[in-house]
Amino acid sequence: MPDAIVAEGLAKRYGDVVALDGMDLSVPAGTVFGLLGPNGAGKTTTVRILTTLLKPDAGRATVAGFDVVRDAGRLRGHIGASGQYAAVDDHLTGAENLEMVGRLYHLGVKRSRQRARELLERFDLTEAADRPVQGYSGGMRRRLDLAGALVANPPVLFLDEPTTGLDPRARASLWDVISELVAEGTTVLLTTQYMEEADRLADRIAVVDHGHVIALGTADELKDQVGGDRIELSVTSAADLETATRTLAPLAVGDLQSDATTLQVTIPVAGGAAALTKALGHLAAERITVRDAGLRRPTLDDVFLTLTGHQADEKTKETVR
Amino acid sequence: MNTLQLAVADGMTIAKRNALKIRRAPDLLGGVVMLPIVFVLLFTYIFGSMINLPGMSYGEYLLPGIFVMTIVTSGQITGYTLTQDLQKGIFDRFRTLPMSPSAVLTGQTVSDVIMNLTSMTTMALVGLVVGWRIHTSPFEAALGFLMLMVFAYAFSWVTATVALALRTPEAFNNVATILSFPLTFLSNAFVDSARLPGPLKPIAEWNPVSTLVQAARELFGNVSPAMPAPTAWPLQHAVPVSFAWSVVLLVVFVPLATRLYKRAVSR
Repeated sequence: MPDAIVAEGLAKRYGDVVALDGMDLSVPAGTVFGLLGPNGAGKTTTVRILTTLLKPDAGRATVAGFDVVRDAGRLRGHIGASGQYAAVDDHLTGAENLEMVGRLYHLGVKRSRQRARELLERFDLTEAADRPVQGYSGGMRRRLDLAGALVANPPVLFLDEPTTGLDPRARASLWDVISELVAEGTTVLLTTQYMEEADRLADRIAVVDHGHVIALGTADELKDQVGGDRIELSVTSAADLETATRTLAPLAVGDLQSDATTLQVTIPVAGGAAALTKALGHLAAERITVRDAGLRRPTLDDVFLTLTGHQADEKTKETVR
Repeated sequence: MNTLQLAVADGMTIAKRNALKIRRAPDLLGGVVMLPIVFVLLFTYIFGSMINLPGMSYGEYLLPGIFVMTIVTSGQITGYTLTQDLQKGIFDRFRTLPMSPSAVLTGQTVSDVIMNLTSMTTMALVGLVVGWRIHTSPFEAALGFLMLMVFAYAFSWVTATVALALRTPEAFNNVATILSFPLTFLSNAFVDSARLPGPLKPIAEWNPVSTLVQAARELFGNVSPAMPAPTAWPLQHAVPVSFAWSVVLLVVFVPLATRLYKRAVSR
């Protein structure tokens, strides 16, 4: 399948701040690509370049076959973008907002109106259609903003942190909508700082830090880079912690970690559930009270921590726009 | 559709959006309708009752000045709206659409014309109620309103430029307030500029606001033969110079605002 989005060596700096430093991407048509990284990693800058809002200092990129700099004008008819700051007008109603976007896509009066109603229905906003956006909840605004990106049925969609700041229910409902779009064949580039979101939506994930890709693959491939299963268990006293650590050391296939403050032991193991049963057997033989125990696959959080040495949602840097 | 038709159509779409916004936003509507009414009543009754002019009422002398002052004040709505839109990311949405890039600014300034028409009509009606009269031919009166509207349109581009240079609503409001007071008061809007002391006199006489006010007074017939004729050159040729000012403002500030807009959004 041809690539819907290709970026090669994109670079961008703002004064002394390097926002992008050799960003390479390729996204096959009809797939969801997740850009995962902390604030300031260069996710938003990448999206701004790919949606023609910003010119790169170096490198090149094409979206839907159009060069983002040379063919910017023609490209705009083939993309939709929805950002982390819902770009909707407070004083306009939901319907008016979408009709305006339709008019600016030059769909004509009638078609714009019709398309607005279709989208409002699809995004469960029919009831609020004729109310000013001012009274909408955060989730409704995001849905309206996403609807705005879909007015012209674009084959490529850019979603910049689509669920940042939403409550879990609004987030889940937005995820459902995005999944539906993908099922219809839309190519989606999604940026997020939530591992769960990338895990749930993206076919392939690029982990981004300091303006370039540091790891690339499916969620499973990335998790494998970090290692296999691990047992996490917590005990009730420091003495038990010491005994548990000593007893379970032979089971570990890597570095065993024990934390004296949380009374927690983490043991990388092979053999999945059988290893857990075995571990619990050993502990029972030593008469150690186990407060909590479980087998855990690595999350993308672990991936991020391993790859970058810092947590993904660590807010140490300002977002570079 | 060709490029120009597209630009016009897109400009109209944006203008419609802004007009809807003004109609729905009580704070903006207050600036467009209430403030002009307050200006007319306050100035006419407070100053009009204290000051006497030879051969005419101060109220009549004053109203063209209030027209121009309102143009300067309501031009600030342009800048305020622009800075708010800049902060909200709405321009990003516009710029990912296949619309004409010039439409944002033309749409904004065109909707300001609608806004200025509304406040001008309000003021003229309230003015007629409190005793202001037009003493000239309908043609001259119409030319007077046209001249004010053309200047208001040109002035929108000035405030747009300032807004795009400053970028935040807070900064814009501060600067606009600081600039608009001397611009309107250091003129002949409320007093005879020829009688101002020292260096204030030439500044006021060459202030474009003075030229516009003088031109409006002439075209509406709000002048008295008993008062001395102005001696400064722009005030002696007030009507053509007013139109010339509008052209100069457009020639300078349309390209400047366009450039600043591009710079402000491509960050």
